[in-house]
Amino acid sequence: MKTYTNTGSKDTRSGFGAGLTELGKTNENVVALCADLIGSLKMDDFKANHPERFFQVGIAEANMIGLAAGMTIGGKIPFTGTFANFSTGRVYDQIRQSVAYSDKNVKICASHAGLTLGEDGATHQILEDIGLMKMLPGMTVINPCDYNQTKAATIAIAKHHGPVYLRFGRPKVANFTPENQTFEIGKALHLVDGTDVTIVATGHLVWEALEAAKALNEKGISAEVINIHTIKPLDDEAIIKSVSKTGCIVTAEEHNFLGGLGESVARVLATSKPTPQEFVATKDTFGESGTPEQLMEKYGLNSQAIIKAVETVIKRK
Amino acid sequence: MPNTQHLKDLTTQVRRDILRMVHKVNSGHPGGSLGCAEFFVTLYQSIMDRKDGFDMDGIGEDLFFLSNGHISPVYYSVLARSGYFPVEELNTFRLINTRLQGHPTTHENLPGIRIASGSLGQGMSVALGAAQTKKLNNDSHLIYSLHGDGELQEGQNWEAIMYAAGNNVDNIIATIDLNGQQIDGSTDDVLPMGSVKDKFEAFGWTVVEINEGNDIDAILKGMAEAKSKTGQGKPVCVLLKTVMGNGVDFMMHTHAWHGKAPNDEQLAIGLAQNPETLGDY
Repeated sequence: MKTYTNTGSKDTRSGFGAGLTELGKTNENVVALCADLIGSLKMDDFKANHPERFFQVGIAEANMIGLAAGMTIGGKIPFTGTFANFSTGRVYDQIRQSVAYSDKNVKICASHAGLTLGEDGATHQILEDIGLMKMLPGMTVINPCDYNQTKAATIAIAKHHGPVYLRFGRPKVANFTPENQTFEIGKALHLVDGTDVTIVATGHLVWEALEAAKALNEKGISAEVINIHTIKPLDDEAIIKSVSKTGCIVTAEEHNFLGGLGESVARVLATSKPTPQEFVATKDTFGESGTPEQLMEKYGLNSQAIIKAVETVIKRK
Repeated sequence: MPNTQHLKDLTTQVRRDILRMVHKVNSGHPGGSLGCAEFFVTLYQSIMDRKDGFDMDGIGEDLFFLSNGHISPVYYSVLARSGYFPVEELNTFRLINTRLQGHPTTHENLPGIRIASGSLGQGMSVALGAAQTKKLNNDSHLIYSLHGDGELQEGQNWEAIMYAAGNNVDNIIATIDLNGQQIDGSTDDVLPMGSVKDKFEAFGWTVVEINEGNDIDAILKGMAEAKSKTGQGKPVCVLLKTVMGNGVDFMMHTHAWHGKAPNDEQLAIGLAQNPETLGDY
């Protein structure tokens, strides 16, 4: 089976920062706004290089979203930066009316998504953001898997006209996708060929899925691994094609199983190709304090959890 | 003083449009719409420097944002009568498949609208963003916006008001419709706000008061004064004292007509008080 190498763990938020730095040089219409989290979002470079295009809004996320919507009028492409919780739940109505319904070209860039921000605990660990954002008509939802892909996604969304939710995280995770890759919104990436089960994963769970596939291979189970970096629009075709071969599927995400990738996949399969599915996701719960590793273990979001789900779903074929 | 007869005639016609629009669909918000008729007419006909036609980016012209979107009848009437779309389209207000949704939206590509509004308290931020883009584009034109007084109870306004002064956004004139009424009663009864003037000044804004907000000459004078105060490092706020329901006697000075349409008889009385000037749609 095809294997992947971690070229050195890095945080996906730094991938965002690097992408934004690149955009600063290449696209003069890109502007950035931040709600008092410049360091956490890795927006320091953009701010230093383009102070006239950088807007510190203070701890006022609702105003930040509205400002960004207004800045599009006249041709700017605003990138807002704060934690995922404050990027979505806190400002849902502002995004709904001033950005999504108004079809504004705003890029909502959200760090510290999911459990892996760790010790800060549940107030900061949003597990509902994918659901909140994918429900908004016209919103594109992207959750890249590593540093390189987050950088590429950041650059790619500037070229896409329309509102985008870009979700990434805090911890250092395996960096294994190609440097300077081209990022195609809505196009699933086929990572490993397999015949017994399909594993579709998004974000931090993609590396865990690869680890799981390796271990499963040693047990004689051939797993196909697909990286779904774009949850909306979903690459229905890639999913249907894969399960047509494997006959069962496991979805894996750092998100609640209500409203996440798994539900989007289930909708596609229910209407096009009913297939046994298991969900690796949090089960309608809040998070808590702990190290990222402890939390992913406790809430069943690591490679072991994926292996278990695969063993269950194969029996249901 | 310029001859304002045309503006007065147009205002009367706009009042008729408002009454007929909400009457036809037995819904909509006539009170606040009537109270701001003079302001909208004056803004679009005399105050703003507008290009012909409409494009979303609006580079090289003044822009207007309506934050209290429920007063869409006056907005639609004045946009139509300022040439953005045919006045006959006012006939479709709130009907299925219309571009004239209950609250304004960009979603139906109605010329003249640059942001959806309806959920209150968001327009100040949007207007400020547009103002900052004007500066980035070296476009010396101004941003105008309108907000309800009750709407100031939404906290996002105060985030925006603080931001504007802190960032010297001095190319905006944000007008507050001080009619003292909201759905549940007078603003003083619902949530006393104290002095709006003191609050804006404390937040670092320049405040201009127009005490006769239903008088076209007073609006022209006050808005000219407001314009003269832009470009001086501080955002500018206009406190426009209006009478809700202005021009239709039984709708005046009460919140009762905030979101209620007149019946046939009431419509006839209202129209009789505002004889046709430029032609009904």
